[in-house]
Amino acid sequence: MRYLLRRLLHAALLLAGVSLLTFGFSELAPGDYYTQMRVDPGIAPETVEALRHKAGFDRPLPVRYAAWAGSVLRGDFGYSLAYGSPVAPLVRERLGATLLLAGSATFAAWLLAIPLGIWNATRRGWQDAMVRAAMAVLLIIPDLLLAIVLLLLAVETGWFPAGGMASAGAASLPVWSRAADVLRHLCLPAAVLTIGMLPVLVRHVRAAMLEAMGSPFALSARAQGISRGRLLLRHLLPAAVHPLVSLFGLSIGTLLSASLLVEVVMGWPGLGPLLIEAIMARDVAIVLAVVMLSSTFLILGNLAADLLLYRLDPRIRVRG
Amino acid sequence: MTRKRLLAVAACLGAIHLCAFFPDFLAPYGYADQHRDFPYAPPAHVHWTGLHPFVYGLEPVGDGYGEDRSHRYPIHFLSHGKLFAVDEPGVLFPLGTDGYGRDVFSRVLYGARISLMTGLLAALVSLGIGWVLGTLAGFRGGAIDETVMRGSELFLSLPWLYLLLAVRAFLPLHIGPVQAFFLLVGIIGGVGWVQPARLIRGIVLSARERPYVLAARGFGAGSWYLVRRHILPFTWGVTLTQATVLIPQYILAEVTLSFLGLGIGEPVPSWGNMLSEARQFHALTGHPWLLAPGVAAVPILLGYLLLADTLAAYRSAQ
Repeated sequence: MRYLLRRLLHAALLLAGVSLLTFGFSELAPGDYYTQMRVDPGIAPETVEALRHKAGFDRPLPVRYAAWAGSVLRGDFGYSLAYGSPVAPLVRERLGATLLLAGSATFAAWLLAIPLGIWNATRRGWQDAMVRAAMAVLLIIPDLLLAIVLLLLAVETGWFPAGGMASAGAASLPVWSRAADVLRHLCLPAAVLTIGMLPVLVRHVRAAMLEAMGSPFALSARAQGISRGRLLLRHLLPAAVHPLVSLFGLSIGTLLSASLLVEVVMGWPGLGPLLIEAIMARDVAIVLAVVMLSSTFLILGNLAADLLLYRLDPRIRVRG
Repeated sequence: MTRKRLLAVAACLGAIHLCAFFPDFLAPYGYADQHRDFPYAPPAHVHWTGLHPFVYGLEPVGDGYGEDRSHRYPIHFLSHGKLFAVDEPGVLFPLGTDGYGRDVFSRVLYGARISLMTGLLAALVSLGIGWVLGTLAGFRGGAIDETVMRGSELFLSLPWLYLLLAVRAFLPLHIGPVQAFFLLVGIIGGVGWVQPARLIRGIVLSARERPYVLAARGFGAGSWYLVRRHILPFTWGVTLTQATVLIPQYILAEVTLSFLGLGIGEPVPSWGNMLSEARQFHALTGHPWLLAPGVAAVPILLGYLLLADTLAAYRSAQ
């Protein structure tokens, strides 16, 4: 219980620090949303000043930070000047799309990585070398290139829709065919993401399994004649879980941030395109909201991993 | 054995980088030279008479291009300060042209200079900051250590790409290519100090307590002397390993930022902004050679991966 409280406090402090840091960065920005207007001769300087005053840009820094932090705690994340609406509903809409994409890709990557990693760890010689070479190939192909090539294939063959999340006119379809439509759009971007995550995961699963296999208890269990399958799944896998839980926490934590580039290339309406558009429009509120959200996810992912490890690994509990 | 492999890999990578630093010599055209008559020309088809290569004249046929067999243009080597070129009015596009009729091969070479240099310099910045902060934190301990470690935790709780984008978002967007280059180096390098700093701090912490360091301190050696003479040599291994990991990551970071329109702008080519042209798939369908900058990155990433692996093997063998 004390451990839980301490970790929660730590996470909260980190979040507060991150909010200060990002808000501080945003203060370094030369100019603001209205800078473009100021050079426009058609708009009187007084009008711009009045607008800036209304948006609160002329108040001192601590006051603005307090106002912003308050709105974050209330859950509306400030006001987007470019969209002319509170940030929260804008972000919420995109959040679902990003979670759907990154979540399914992460799930697929883990589903593939665990058996591949275990199989890889138990093999020697050419099979081991082959899988490792394949993973190295996947590792060095940049996501960006892969995304563009798959998009090109989709356009040329017509097997998959070329970007986006739904076909035109899909809104009028019944629920099931709409879901199938989204699923078809999901295939390519999720494949790119899965391929990007897979090599790292396989490498870690393999390393964790190898370490467990080299430990004395594994040798003793083998000497006692425990069958291979049972040894692997019942004895070695739980022992190898420790580094994997941390990695799993990282996977959860990067759910919002891993897919940015793929979303932009494939036109998936997630947080990535929203962030890039907001940067181009100097819409600070949205940039801050998206960065804060992704950071929250990362911190929560690490927290979840820590707590999970605390449950799973008695050694940590004893140390307190 | 590993030593030889290490040298071979490093030599290959070095050769590739060397190519990237002399585009003026290797590229047949300048990066902004436009051939308005030949937009989206396909890669040149080189013919041979004996050992002498030549190309036929290029002429538009329908939507594409055909060869004008009545004109032959021999390829000259090492003339006019270029590695190879053909006489006017012949044209030689080894990897085709883009929408403005600019030679993709030349632009990939000029782009390599930008993209690879950004990776190298940004890694230098990261390692520099990381080394100074890590050494300070590890050697001094106390409040400095606390500050550096808490600061690094903050940076670690922001996803890397988002941190990069956030910092970039709050700096001027429309700037010249030279400023953009140094800005990118600064941002990418400055944001990445955490990992090297934490690693080097660990090394320094363990090196600081070695008996001969304590002995030297006992003889009255100053801090700077101790760091330079006894601590620094320990950090080289980690610094090198980190460099092999960071440089490819930073090359990709530059490509990503320029691709998103937040890095180097036209007409100066970088692999990223070249790929952003390829992304409009009406341009890409039928012109797959526009993917050349992305493909060019693959051997370089492979080189760094091999280098990192061999370096790890070499260090564990020692």
